Amino acid sequence: MGEHHHGPAKGITRWLYTTNHKDIGTLYLWLSLIMFFLGGTYAMLIRLELLSPGLQYFDPNTYNQFITLHGLIMVFGAIMPAFVGLANWMIPMMIGAPDMALPRMNNWSFWILPFAFTMLSLTTLMEGGGPNFGWTFYAPLSTTYAPPSTTFFIFAVHMMGASSIMGAINIIVTILNLRAPGMNLMKMPLFVWTWLITAFLLIAAMPILAGVVTMMLFDIHFGTSFFSAAGGGDPVLFQHIFWFFGHPEVYIIILPAFGVVSQIFPTFSRKPLFGYVSMVYAVAAIAILSFLVWAHHMFLVGMPFAAEAFFMYATMLIAIPTGIKVFNWMTTMYKGSISFETPMLFAIAFLVLFTCGGFTGLMLAIAPADFQYHDSYFVVAHFHYVLVPGAVFSAMAAVYYWLPKWTGNMYNETLGKMHFWLSFVSINVLFFPQHFLGLAGMPRRIPDYALAFADFNFISSIGGFVYGVSQLIFVYVIIQCIRGGVGKAEAKPWDGAEGLEWTLPSPAPYHSFSTPPDPKLIPDMH
Amino acid sequence: MINEVAPKQVKNRKLTVKLFAAAVLMFGFGFALVPLYDIFCEVTGLNGKTGNQVQTPAENLQQDNARQITVQFLAMNNEGALIDFGPRTKSVMVTPGQVMDVTYYAKNLTDREMTSQSVPSVSPQAGADFFKKMECFCFQHQVIAVGETKEMPLRFYIDKGLPENITKLTLNYTIFDITEPSTEVPKHDHADHHASL
Repeated sequence: MGEHHHGPAKGITRWLYTTNHKDIGTLYLWLSLIMFFLGGTYAMLIRLELLSPGLQYFDPNTYNQFITLHGLIMVFGAIMPAFVGLANWMIPMMIGAPDMALPRMNNWSFWILPFAFTMLSLTTLMEGGGPNFGWTFYAPLSTTYAPPSTTFFIFAVHMMGASSIMGAINIIVTILNLRAPGMNLMKMPLFVWTWLITAFLLIAAMPILAGVVTMMLFDIHFGTSFFSAAGGGDPVLFQHIFWFFGHPEVYIIILPAFGVVSQIFPTFSRKPLFGYVSMVYAVAAIAILSFLVWAHHMFLVGMPFAAEAFFMYATMLIAIPTGIKVFNWMTTMYKGSISFETPMLFAIAFLVLFTCGGFTGLMLAIAPADFQYHDSYFVVAHFHYVLVPGAVFSAMAAVYYWLPKWTGNMYNETLGKMHFWLSFVSINVLFFPQHFLGLAGMPRRIPDYALAFADFNFISSIGGFVYGVSQLIFVYVIIQCIRGGVGKAEAKPWDGAEGLEWTLPSPAPYHSFSTPPDPKLIPDMH
Repeated sequence: MINEVAPKQVKNRKLTVKLFAAAVLMFGFGFALVPLYDIFCEVTGLNGKTGNQVQTPAENLQQDNARQITVQFLAMNNEGALIDFGPRTKSVMVTPGQVMDVTYYAKNLTDREMTSQSVPSVSPQAGADFFKKMECFCFQHQVIAVGETKEMPLRFYIDKGLPENITKLTLNYTIFDITEPSTEVPKHDHADHHASL
C-alpha cells in the first residue's frame, strides 16, 4: 500500500479520468465560475447598450443574442453547475460516505457540459447568428423564425439535460444508499435534504425540457406542427410545456440555495437550526407546489377566469412554506451569538434580498396586476432579485464557508468583506431601479427605450458595471486561498459549525470516510 | 468485506435503473401533454376550437323558433399570406337547429399555385362547442390556382344546447399559406424551377 495509491493522479488525466467526488466537485465549481464570467460579460454588454437611450453599439439582433445567451448560460452554466459542484463536494462528506454512489457516471455528467457550452457559445459565430429568441425560446420565434443555428442550440440543451439528470440520479442514489450508520434521514443536514428534493425535481422536470426541444426539432426539420397553428398545432402549447418544466426549474435553482444558508445561519449564530422538521416539510411542499403553478407565467395568453384564479391562488400558496423558511432562519439568529464573517454576510443579504424578490413575486402572482407588469422590467427586477442576491449570493456564501475545508487555508477575510459590500451595494443599485422602470412601462428585451427611462437605466448600468468588476475580487480571493491564503485552516475553522464534514482534517483528504464515522459524531438536528 | 460490497452495488443499480425509468417516463409525459392539451381545449371549448365534421341526427335539426342567434363571419390572413380572403356574407340570423349555408372566397395573389389551410375560432368560447359544422372548407387543404378566386362553402347549424345568455356568435377563420417551398428548405430542382419563373 504505497502512499501514491491514495493521492490523485498527476497532470491533465487526473481531471479527465477522475471519478473522485472532490475532483468532480472542483471541476463543476470552476466551470460554474467561468460560465458566471461569460454570462456576466453578456450582461455587461447589455447594460452598456442600455446605458443611454438609442442604439449605441449593437444592432437589435445582436442584442437579442446577448440576452438569450446571458439567460441560458447563467441558468444552466453558472447557477446549476455551482450547486451540483457543491453537492458533489459536500454531500458524501456530510453523510459520511466514501464517495458518490456512481462515480463513473459522475465523471460523464460533468464532462458533457464543457462541450455543451462550447457549442452553445459558438452558435453566435454561425451564419444567421446564435439563438435570439430569449432564454424561454417561445415558438414560433424559436421554430418558424429561428436562425439555422437553433439545431445546435437544441443539441446543447439536450446535453445539459442529460448531464443534469445523471447528476440528479447520482445524488439520490448516494443519499438514499450511502449514508453512514446512524445518519438517518431526519438527521441529515438541510443542505443534503434540499438536494435530495431538488434531484427529484430535476428527474421530473428536465425530461419535459428535453421533450419540448425535441418537438421544436421535429417542427423545424421533419414537418410536424406541434407549435404551428397552420398544421393544427398551437404556439400556446409551447408555453404550457415550457413552463411545466420552467417553474420547477426555478425551485431547482433556489432549493439548494436554501440548503446552503440553512447550514450557515446556525454556524454563525452559534445555535442549532430552528424548526428543522418544518424546514424539511416546507422544502417538500415547495417542490410539490412548483408543478401546479406554471401558468402564472402566461396570464395573458387568454386563459378562462377559473384557470387565472387557480394559478393565482396556487402561486400565492407557495408564500406559506417559503415564509416558514424565512421565519425559521430569522428565529435561528434570534438571541444567537452572531458574528459577521463573509459567509454570514452573504447569507443575511440572501435572506433580506431574496425576501424582496419573493414579495415582488407575490405582486406578480396577482393575475389582474400581472396584466400590467407582464413582460416589463418589473419582471426582470423580480427574477434577478431571487436569482442574483438569492441563488448567486448563496453559492458565494457556500464557497467562503467551505473554502477552508477544500483548500486547507483561510481566505482573506478583509477582501471577502470588501467583495461582499461592493456586491451588496452594487446589486441594489443595479436592480432596484428596474422595479420603477417596469412600473413606468418599460418592456423587457429591447435594446432601445423612451427618453423617460434614461435616468434609471443609467443608474442601473453603473450598478451593473460595479457589480461586474467586484466579482474579480472573488476570483482573487479564491486563487489566493488556494495558494496559501492567510494561513492554515483548522479542521473546524468556524467555532459554531456542526456536522460530519468538520470532523475531517482541512484540507479534506482525497479519500474520506473509507470507514464509516463514529455515529456519536452525528449531531442531532432537533 | 466482499459480501458487504456486492449487495450495496446491486442496491445502487436497482435504484439507478428505477430513476432512469422515471426520467424516461417524464420524457414520455412531455409528449403526452400534447394530446392532453387538445382534449382539455375540446372539453372546455378553450381556444374557441370547433369540432370536426358532425353527423347529425334529424331530431337535432328541429328548429327552436323561440330565439334568434346572430352569427357574424370574420376572416384574417396569417402573417405574409398573399390571399384576398373574406366571407361573402358578413352576418346571418339563424334559429337553433336551422341549417345554414354561407360562402367564403379566397383569391390567390401570388404567382404560384397555393395550398391554403383555414383555422376556425369561435367567440365567445362558451359557445364554441355548440357551433356544429356539417361541411367546411377548413376540413381540407384548399388548392388555389394562380389568379383564381375560389368559392369555399360552409354548412353549419347551432346546437339547441347553446346557453340562453348567448345571442351572438362570431366565427373567425385565419388562413395560412402552407405551400411547400415556403415552409421547407428548397431542394435544388425547386430552386431551378423558381429561377426559371
